[in-house]
Amino acid sequence: MISVIGARRSYGDFAALDDVTLDIPAGSLTALLGPSGSGKSTLLRSIAGLEQLDGGRIVIAGRDVTGVAPQKRGIGFVFQHYAAFKHMTVRDNVAFGLTIRKRPKAEISRKVDDLLEIVGLDGFQHRYPAQLSGGQRQRMALARALAVDPEVLLLDEPFGALDAKVRADLRQWLRRLHDEVHVTTVLVTHDQEEALDVADRIAVLNKGRIEQVGDPVTLYDRPANDFVMSFLGSVARLGGALVRPHDIALDRDLERARAADARVGGSPGVIEAVVERVVRLGFEVRIDLRADSGTRFAAQVTRAEADALGLVEGETVYARATTGPDAAEIHPALAI
Amino acid sequence: MKTSTTARIGLRTVALGYLVLLIAVPIVLILWRTFGEGVGAFVDSIRTPAAISALNLSLLIVAIVVPLNVVFGVGTALALVRGRFRGRGLVQAVVDLPFAVSPIVVGVSLILLWGVDGWFGGLERLGIKVIFGLPGMVIATLFVTLPFVVREVEPVLHEIGTEQEQAASTLGASTWQTFWRITLPAIRWGLTYGVVLTIARALGEFGAVIMVSSGFPGVSQTLTLLVHSRYIDDHNTYGAYAAATLLMGLAVLTLLGMTALDRKRSKT
Repeated sequence: MISVIGARRSYGDFAALDDVTLDIPAGSLTALLGPSGSGKSTLLRSIAGLEQLDGGRIVIAGRDVTGVAPQKRGIGFVFQHYAAFKHMTVRDNVAFGLTIRKRPKAEISRKVDDLLEIVGLDGFQHRYPAQLSGGQRQRMALARALAVDPEVLLLDEPFGALDAKVRADLRQWLRRLHDEVHVTTVLVTHDQEEALDVADRIAVLNKGRIEQVGDPVTLYDRPANDFVMSFLGSVARLGGALVRPHDIALDRDLERARAADARVGGSPGVIEAVVERVVRLGFEVRIDLRADSGTRFAAQVTRAEADALGLVEGETVYARATTGPDAAEIHPALAI
Repeated sequence: MKTSTTARIGLRTVALGYLVLLIAVPIVLILWRTFGEGVGAFVDSIRTPAAISALNLSLLIVAIVVPLNVVFGVGTALALVRGRFRGRGLVQAVVDLPFAVSPIVVGVSLILLWGVDGWFGGLERLGIKVIFGLPGMVIATLFVTLPFVVREVEPVLHEIGTEQEQAASTLGASTWQTFWRITLPAIRWGLTYGVVLTIARALGEFGAVIMVSSGFPGVSQTLTLLVHSRYIDDHNTYGAYAAATLLMGLAVLTLLGMTALDRKRSKT
């Protein structure tokens, strides 16, 4: 378990961390999610001891490590750009922490081989980092961090430098690895899809503050504020309220739309809109709309729904939010 | 761009002619004069006590200057790249000063500082002979070779950044361990080039050294001073050619060493 208590850090006038308090449960995979400049990387580097806090405390597994050097915090750290030791082979890279700790040769050799097998780099022992792909380098960096049996594993945008396909693969792979190894893991990312996909807890940061902490479903369905809502997934503005595009229902008949809307408490009401474009994205269909007030928004429906509606460009439809009173109660923006 | 064949050949001829006239002809001439009288005469000329002493002195100065430049050069480069201190710009300028200042000025200023009447002239009265002794020649050579290691290591330090060092520290390595195991191997090529340039310059330095050396043959002559004194004082032109060839041979060895290292580098 990691506890961050009242952490503060400024660079000149800029407050990177503004009184951040956060508990990260033991064995969890927590994502620190936020836009650039939100303080998520500073928070991670402070936990690692690579940054010094101006105020506040960091406690790892019951030990106050606020003034402790990174060497003695019992952490493993993975950098966005791998930080591979270029002049060492894969084997020596992974063995580094154990060599520093002067472990017996046989033990190092066994442990390195085990780890390389876990990260799928078996047989690459004698290669140099320059001879590996980006994804392989990052898996090597993970093995290197895990070799010293860290109390916590800290990942700073670990997949940020990789292309989309490799990134998605490695994400799944990290999730499975975490299920096997169970080390408390903190992952920094600006990619909401990555956070929703891989983490079991997400802390959303903005301007050096924590906006909301919770499991992915709670954050998605019950965002604490507009920022969290718009940062986790796309949103449409419907009559002054923020609604997810897939929570918008379209109807050609005004009376029917009104009747259906009446059953949903505290909704933004029925909005008349003109279809501007119908875009088929495989299974989903996105319908770009312009409300009579002039604001544009998009609704997302399934292909079956789109076919049943049979909408064409220039047609008038009636849009309403399908989110129930529950959501409206949690997110006041919906109740306007 | 399309260039006609004649223009292309013309350009190449001019460029090659320039190189041949300025660099190749003088070198070949000296070699020709040296070996024109046979290899035996050359060997005899560089085996006189004065020549052997000059070779030894030149190598001794290199042997003292290189380690000092490595230690302080790497230290200075680290401070310039990683340090955030006031006056960094000033230090940058000072490091480049030896490039700009004529070596003879260096020699004169060293006499002003370390000579009998200089600020540190007291050392002379204590029996430590700096000017007209080995220390003076070493200090003069240090001055002119100071920028090489710093300027070769600095860009490499910029390029490697600090992430590898941070990774090493999260893996438990102390600052000292990180330096030896991560930083030093990462800058080794820049450092090697700096050392090669330092060796070449230290062997070839003349202007600063002649000011602070007593110039006695067999005692305080470096190879460059030997070439000079044989030619000017002894009117022994052949001896001067032979000593120059020896000096050139050392420079070629240094260059060959550098090329060999370059090959090795491109393989890894």
